[in-house]
Amino acid sequence: MTNTLHRYGTEDTQRNDFIVFAMAGKGFNDEGSLDKAKAFLRAAIKYEPINMGNALVNSLYRPEKDLSFIKLYFTGRKEKTTYEELIDEIPAAGSAAVVFDHPERVKNFIADVKALDLGLSVNVSALVDNVRDICGEVEITPHAVEYTLGFHGDTDRLPDRDTMSISTMCGHGMVSAHFAKKMIDRVKEGRIDPEDAACCMAKFCVCGVFNISRAMKILNTAARGE
Amino acid sequence: MKINKDKCVGCANCVPVCSVGAIFIDDDGLAEINRENCVECHNCHRSLSPEHLPPGPTRLVRKILKSVSLRFQPDPDVCPTDAFMPEDLEWPRIVRRAFSDPMVTHESTGVHGRGTEEVKTNDVSGRIKHGEVGVVVEFGRPGIGTYFRDVEMVTTALAKEKITFEAGNPVTQLMTDIATGHIRKDLLDEKVLSCIVEVTVKLEDTASTLAALKEIGATAKTVISIGASTVCAEDGSDPLKDILRAEGFAIGWAKVNLGLGRVSNRSAAAAEA
Repeated sequence: MTNTLHRYGTEDTQRNDFIVFAMAGKGFNDEGSLDKAKAFLRAAIKYEPINMGNALVNSLYRPEKDLSFIKLYFTGRKEKTTYEELIDEIPAAGSAAVVFDHPERVKNFIADVKALDLGLSVNVSALVDNVRDICGEVEITPHAVEYTLGFHGDTDRLPDRDTMSISTMCGHGMVSAHFAKKMIDRVKEGRIDPEDAACCMAKFCVCGVFNISRAMKILNTAARGE
Repeated sequence: MKINKDKCVGCANCVPVCSVGAIFIDDDGLAEINRENCVECHNCHRSLSPEHLPPGPTRLVRKILKSVSLRFQPDPDVCPTDAFMPEDLEWPRIVRRAFSDPMVTHESTGVHGRGTEEVKTNDVSGRIKHGEVGVVVEFGRPGIGTYFRDVEMVTTALAKEKITFEAGNPVTQLMTDIATGHIRKDLLDEKVLSCIVEVTVKLEDTASTLAALKEIGATAKTVISIGASTVCAEDGSDPLKDILRAEGFAIGWAKVNLGLGRVSNRSAAAAEA
């Protein structure tokens, strides 16, 4: 989940990007943490997170391993699972992540998680001032903060801003820059609409931290050449 | 990872999907993987949806369409013939997968992804203490990859600073000497998608360490992503923000540990008591 520390992009696209995740510390609070992680995810459902995931089972958006010609061209694809199906599938404790695109929902969810008192470590990745505002509203004093200090070294090898803004939404690098660029170009060419392109890329981010709303916004902006 | 040439139809959908650009269309018109460049992240095999089309007829259709200047183009996340074949990896190549496939759990730390809890569980682990700063340096991110020999160039230079390598970190576990930052020789030529080096410094040494890191990083043969963390004061403020600003770093995106964790394992709770 360092996965979510280096999301690149303009503040305008980061403003409505919130990843809330829970995990247990090995040897400290991992006993019984599977049920707690599931309770964490279930608590998020009523606030309709735009993505959810656990790296052991994949995210809401996922590849179809039983795809066929009939499914692809006649009966249609099933590219997204339900919250409940995902939560039921989780076989073992790991990180549990939910993504929101609205601060009010994040605030209400965190208030609920605080009340649940699960005992798991809960982190929020977002613009730090926004997180601090939310903490103030739900009366939480943050324990620790980790800042991204950006990219260094051989940065000439990095792609353009729009491509990076999309590809870094999977910090594990599973939405490759080449694929993000391909999707931007396809949207520009009118060969795929931004929502389909965003959902297609989300399938590659197994932890479920890819923000579809933000991706659509970036794709729309890039498509207009802005 | 390998591609079954008997199945591949050369649609090239997998080419942009590869996390490090290791897949290409070879002279035979079929996809091939540059084995040296491949980091075994399994993204191609795991995330493309296999359509299970018969390869022979599919190639024929492609050929016919091409002859009349049309194109067979499956959805961008589909491998029409399920052509990827994962391999049973042996040491040292298996280390590539451990550091590149987010679904694999690191044996040395029991954590999946990049294998470290860093400050995410600090409310129960106390890894970073008041007056300390945790610095995480991720090599190869985003999307470039790194060899351990290039990581070692930085860890050996970092070891000369006033830092302590974090013991519960998978790269530290690969070091032969944490005093010098040297990494196992048999791994130096292995390439991974990214790996995190994690050190702790005293708050007052933060500026000098980051300055040294910037200087060392400037010669790195890959991209490095740097993060810095600290424990908040009782009022929720943190002493790191001003130090970072003074050093010229922009403050914006961050990860905040809300402090809702609680030690609950029986043995750990007993030890704490």
